[in-house]
Amino acid sequence: MDITCERRGEDVVAFIRGEIDHHNAKNARDSLDSIIDESKPTTFSLDLSGVTFCDSSGLGLVMGRMRKCCSVGSVLCIQNPSSAALRILEIAGMDKILKIERGV
Amino acid sequence: MQDKVINTMKLEFTARSVNESLARSAVSAFAAQADPSIAVIADIKTVVSEAVTNSIVHGYAGVEDKSLCPIYIHCKLYESSRLVVRLKDRGCGIEDICMAMQPLFTTDTDGERSGMGFTIMQTFTDGFKVRSEPGKGTTVVLEKRLKR
Repeated sequence: MDITCERRGEDVVAFIRGEIDHHNAKNARDSLDSIIDESKPTTFSLDLSGVTFCDSSGLGLVMGRMRKCCSVGSVLCIQNPSSAALRILEIAGMDKILKIERGV
Repeated sequence: MQDKVINTMKLEFTARSVNESLARSAVSAFAAQADPSIAVIADIKTVVSEAVTNSIVHGYAGVEDKSLCPIYIHCKLYESSRLVVRLKDRGCGIEDICMAMQPLFTTDTDGERSGMGFTIMQTFTDGFKVRSEPGKGTTVVLEKRLKR
């Protein structure tokens, strides 16, 4: 899995590429939390267009980042979820709770 | 008419998280011989990953020497294009299966588990069974029709 980030004014977008499972979720969590802590963005977006596999560990990753964003006063947004990521988010109803942007 | 087994595969590996991708790749490669759709392959990868992760995170929770923690997968492909995957561990077992099946229920709150593993397994398969007893490990049986 590969994570890169991009600053856009007061906001930050983190791009996740590859497979999200229990094995690599912890590293992803640490990387994303460092980005959130250092930048404290108004909106923290996770771009999931490059996610090729996602199981419930990905769901845990998103739920945890939602809590993390709340704790620093940021808002979490999901961008361009791949079909692999979206079907897992939908199963837990996260698509109803989170702002999901497409075509960004 | 009896549905005949036309191919089988057995896989044994230790409960290391790096083997999650090995397990889902192996089972999906085995299923590929029946020429399922990409969506069906995605379902198989997801449910196998969930079952293996459960064994590692919950079944063998607290065991330091993972070389003593085997996970067994036995796949059977039937003539009717039905795939049956039996995944077994020798871990601590599940005390209350009904509770464990509840969406969002997890005993591993520190690890950011979502508690959706069993729900996903139920949703993405055509048949799903769990057999477990405290101290005697857990067996999960997943069934998927590879062709409609």
